[in-house]
Amino acid sequence: MPVWSVRSERCKGCRLCVEFCPRHCLEISNELNAIGYYPARMHDAGKCTSCALCADMCPEAGIIVVRRKRKKKT
Amino acid sequence: MHSCADNLVTDTPDDEFECVAHRPNSMSDKPLHYCPGCTHGIIHRLVGEMVDEFGLLDRTVGICPVGCAVFAYEYFEFDSIEASHGRAPAVATAVKRADPRRFVFTYQGDGDLAAIGTAETVHAAARGERITVFFVNNGIYGMTGGQMAPTSLPGQKTTTSPGGRDPALTGHPIAVCEMLSTLPGVAFAARVPLTSPKNVNLARRYMRKAIRAQLENIGYGIVEFLSTCPVQWGLTPIAAMKHIDADVIKVYPPGVFVDRVPDARAAPVGAETDAGSST
Repeated sequence: MPVWSVRSERCKGCRLCVEFCPRHCLEISNELNAIGYYPARMHDAGKCTSCALCADMCPEAGIIVVRRKRKKKT
Repeated sequence: MHSCADNLVTDTPDDEFECVAHRPNSMSDKPLHYCPGCTHGIIHRLVGEMVDEFGLLDRTVGICPVGCAVFAYEYFEFDSIEASHGRAPAVATAVKRADPRRFVFTYQGDGDLAAIGTAETVHAAARGERITVFFVNNGIYGMTGGQMAPTSLPGQKTTTSPGGRDPALTGHPIAVCEMLSTLPGVAFAARVPLTSPKNVNLARRYMRKAIRAQLENIGYGIVEFLSTCPVQWGLTPIAAMKHIDADVIKVYPPGVFVDRVPDARAAPVGAETDAGSST
């Protein structure tokens, strides 16, 4: 399963990652962060394919996506 | 610095995991001051990715503008110079001519590049200076409170054109890429709207060419990003991107206007770059 993480203390809740996630596995949290925004969070990690389109659109450069290496074709 | 697996995957061997997205190493760890959903953050990240990708961190000089991105130097690990309003191409010319080994880019908004700095921009392009320009066009003066810019769309409501921009009174928007594309010194000019992951990828491709135009000593490279200003446009970040896709690209058609940079695939450059990055 891929590891997805956002730096919640940096997130300004602009919703771009939520909008552009093709698998709809992100959502806006209902808890405020320290700078007064509702940050994004993963709500369905099972559907995440680690395509990293959320990170492509994140204006805060705060999303990290790590995945298990694909096995090389031999 | 921001290596991927920092705190995420600690108890598993590194070679099992790979990082597909993280903050570029050329970017510092400071929080960006931009409004929520502002595409400045995306462009900062793309610039950082490009500097990482070309391995230019040691020899990059960024020229920062006046405008929302006035603190851009805070967010990068390489050295930067803050130019006066609109004079970034002049400063970049000086740096590049003084030390041609440097990679010099300017990061400018539309109030900077297309209003007060038009003369510097046109003449830097006319001289074919070996600099790369990243032009952030959101059609409004964002930092000063949403005034009309030369790039505002006809009919656009701003604080200085509350009834909508009237071309009979204030003229028509300036299309910078089309204007510069007539000059032989320009090696690469392209415009891309930053409205979807697909377009972000396209922006990467254009930025690679604009950077290669400088590194391979071909000429002046400019990439124009159609950007959002959600706060001053009075739209949500997503509605602002839809506004670009629906209306802005009618006035500013995206595409490549000049391309004098040879394709990387045509020549066996790939092998050379591989060798170059390993040394």
